[in-house]
Amino acid sequence: MAKATPLNSFLDQAGSLSKFSFRFLWQWFKPRYEGSEFLRQCYVIGYNSLPLIGLTGFIMGLVLTMQLRPSMIEYGVESQLPAIVGISVVREIGPVITALIFAGKIGSSIGAELGSMKVTEQIDAMQVSGTNPFKYLVVSRVLAATLMLPILVILSDAISLYGSYIGVNIRGNTSFNLFWTQVFDNLAFYDVLPAFIKTFFFGFAVGIIGCFKGYNSNKGTEGVGRSANSAVVVSSIMIFILDLLAVQITDVLGFN
Amino acid sequence: MMITENKTILKDAVVKGDEPVMIIRNVYKSFENNHVLVDFNLDLYKGENVVVLGKSGSGKSVLIKCIVGLLKPDKGTIEVFGKNIPELNEAELDQVIARVGFLFQSNALYDSMTVRENLEFPLRRHWIKVTQEEVNTMVMNALEDVGLEHTVDMMPIELSGGMRKRIALARTLILKPDIILYDEPTTGLDPITGKEIIKLMVDIQKKYNTSSLIISHDMNCVRMASDRIVILLDGKCYANGTYAELKKNEDPKVKQFFE
Ligand SMILES: Nc1ncnc2c1ncn2[C@@H]1O[C@H](COP(=O)(O)OP(=O)(O)O)[C@@H](O)[C@H]1O
Ligand SMILES: [Mg+2]
Repeated sequence: MAKATPLNSFLDQAGSLSKFSFRFLWQWFKPRYEGSEFLRQCYVIGYNSLPLIGLTGFIMGLVLTMQLRPSMIEYGVESQLPAIVGISVVREIGPVITALIFAGKIGSSIGAELGSMKVTEQIDAMQVSGTNPFKYLVVSRVLAATLMLPILVILSDAISLYGSYIGVNIRGNTSFNLFWTQVFDNLAFYDVLPAFIKTFFFGFAVGIIGCFKGYNSNKGTEGVGRSANSAVVVSSIMIFILDLLAVQITDVLGFN
Repeated sequence: MMITENKTILKDAVVKGDEPVMIIRNVYKSFENNHVLVDFNLDLYKGENVVVLGKSGSGKSVLIKCIVGLLKPDKGTIEVFGKNIPELNEAELDQVIARVGFLFQSNALYDSMTVRENLEFPLRRHWIKVTQEEVNTMVMNALEDVGLEHTVDMMPIELSGGMRKRIALARTLILKPDIILYDEPTTGLDPITGKEIIKLMVDIQKKYNTSSLIISHDMNCVRMASDRIVILLDGKCYANGTYAELKKNEDPKVKQFFE
């Protein structure tokens, strides 16, 4: 067996995570679909994240607007404030910040939940109760995370821009209609589409990494804590890596 | 009487019923260089309570996890009701395992579900076509067997250790299994609660005429619940006999368990 150098253990983890992801794809298509568990997870993962995502989104839009205003005034383009905030929020800040918060809330709770199910033999118990625990627990959660994050990002973007509208009107005076016209006139389809597509990958990353860490939890209660913790760390890093990849791909495809 | 030759063991095994419900032959299981089971053999007859006695880490849990297909042995056959477990596909395995109850060492109650939902889970998942009314009756009957009808709407976290063990037992009973596997049923319980659980196990065995494989190193459990004892040592079935027989055994490796 190879020695446990940091590089080795990184490659080991990366290999196991890829295997886990392929297992997900394979199990996803095989029948006995866990529909009701999937819907329950959509509720738990999506709906329960709404207040947090809404609050942070609102503050993000408001603060961004207030911070940008002095520079915009300096260059004499204050009227462009809604446009610049709109582009920043929709293309980058909205998806990434929402995904990071999602990773913190959902990644850790999936990691801890599956981790404690693993160490208390609940996953084994499911298997001997005529249930494929991978489908029941992992597939449902990963799918729910993949589908819920894009929706949360859209909502967060909207709330952010509303925060920005309030930010604009703290000092200036821009009507509601004018604000939204300025935002949307400056957003092209090619701004929105790549940003939307990458959120599915962010959601998938949070779901699969949370499940991977939990499902492979070590014995003992400290193993559960470590799973939850590393689920957040790894999925946060993964979000930035995917973001980097996404910008390269859209650049090559000429979507910029 | 001490036997090390596997073939002799099986010939001399105490036979209570005449048909074996489980036949384990030449089972090997290793984790990398850790050879946990080395040529293990065991028969379980109908209506019989066999205790597998072994030190902690000797591979007792690995053995019963192989029996229900949670682990795959490297070699050997495990026939349960005439079907060789390691060779079955997922659907066939589910069918056989529906007749085998498994009481986990850590109970494995689902934290996020109520007692009722915990008990309903195996019923619904094994594709048994039952109406809600029948499900309710079965849940209440299983809870009655363990004397905990009043906990039906509670969450596992609200229960004491002994109650959780009983609920876990009720959950394995709900499918009316023909074989029950107990993984250290009294470990982690105080001696009095432990004895109550053992008594419950014996009563249930009598009531439903199940066969049980009990893994333990609790001598109370061994004395009260066993028709036959198998000592698991160095991955093998090292000795085999009734409590009275093994207690008289002079082999120091057997003796250490009875001191
Ligand atoms: N999934 C596994 N992976 C690697 N080693 C394992 C695994 N399960 C059990 N073992 C090892 O097998 C041996 C027997 O474990 P176990 O059957 O749990 O012992 P016990 O008799 O106390 O139940 C131990 O050395 C344990 O480390
Ligand atoms: Mg054990």
